[in-house]
Amino acid sequence: MLTCKEVTRLISQGLDRELSFGEQTALRVHFVICRGCRNVNRQLAFLRRAMQRLSSAENETGR
Amino acid sequence: MYSFPKNRYLYNGACHDHFKPMPADFRSQIEGQRAYLLRFASLQLRSTEAAEDVVQETLLAALAGESGYRGQSNLRTWLTGILKHKIVDAIRKSSREMAAGAFDDDPEIESLGYKFKDNAHWAERPAAWSDPDSALEQKQFLAALEKCLQALPARTAQAFLMREHLGLGTDEICKELSITATHCWVLLYRARMALRQCLEAGWFGKGAKG
Repeated sequence: MLTCKEVTRLISQGLDRELSFGEQTALRVHFVICRGCRNVNRQLAFLRRAMQRLSSAENETGR
Repeated sequence: MYSFPKNRYLYNGACHDHFKPMPADFRSQIEGQRAYLLRFASLQLRSTEAAEDVVQETLLAALAGESGYRGQSNLRTWLTGILKHKIVDAIRKSSREMAAGAFDDDPEIESLGYKFKDNAHWAERPAAWSDPDSALEQKQFLAALEKCLQALPARTAQAFLMREHLGLGTDEICKELSITATHCWVLLYRARMALRQCLEAGWFGKGAKG
């Protein structure tokens, strides 16, 4: 049984490497019972999109 | 007779000697991308001076290699590709110069403003953010994100921006920063969790939004 701390680490690593089948399954099981980690999962995915937006929109947000 | 536009970089000695006259429109097109490139480089390098250096190198390389541009549809994309290489070169150089003790990030220290209880479950359960997608459309949100990035420790920010801004893989980041894959993942994890926390406090939190 993963702790929330371990889950958040895996969520982050999932953005950098392919998680094993076991890791993916453990995450899915955890998400069913933990709303906090579900939220973090969405938020870290959002962070990636936000960075893409920042990278491409830089000239428009210039100071 | 071709005349050089008034631009300090084009008077930079090497130019006159090595570059053949080019159609003025190519030069001015490249020059038109300078502000964008500067912003792109500044975000990663966190230094205007260092950013200006790599942008200058990029523009010179672009002028020297105009033929490499032929057939590519987007000048900005092409220039950004060159710029990324120059930025990585600069990071590699500064990484070598950095003393071994200069790491501001001990991989053992994970917490950057977020809290777990002793049993490693949430002390305070992260709440859902309301309508994050509309935030993406707001300049103020991107400014808030940038402020959060600036608040990260140097090494953490560097690794994170190499991943999410330059789009490098972790293997390349590890190589350039001379760190292990595990250390790399820890830096990225800490950056993401700290940014999550910072955005929540500064943007998505109750009452924080104007």
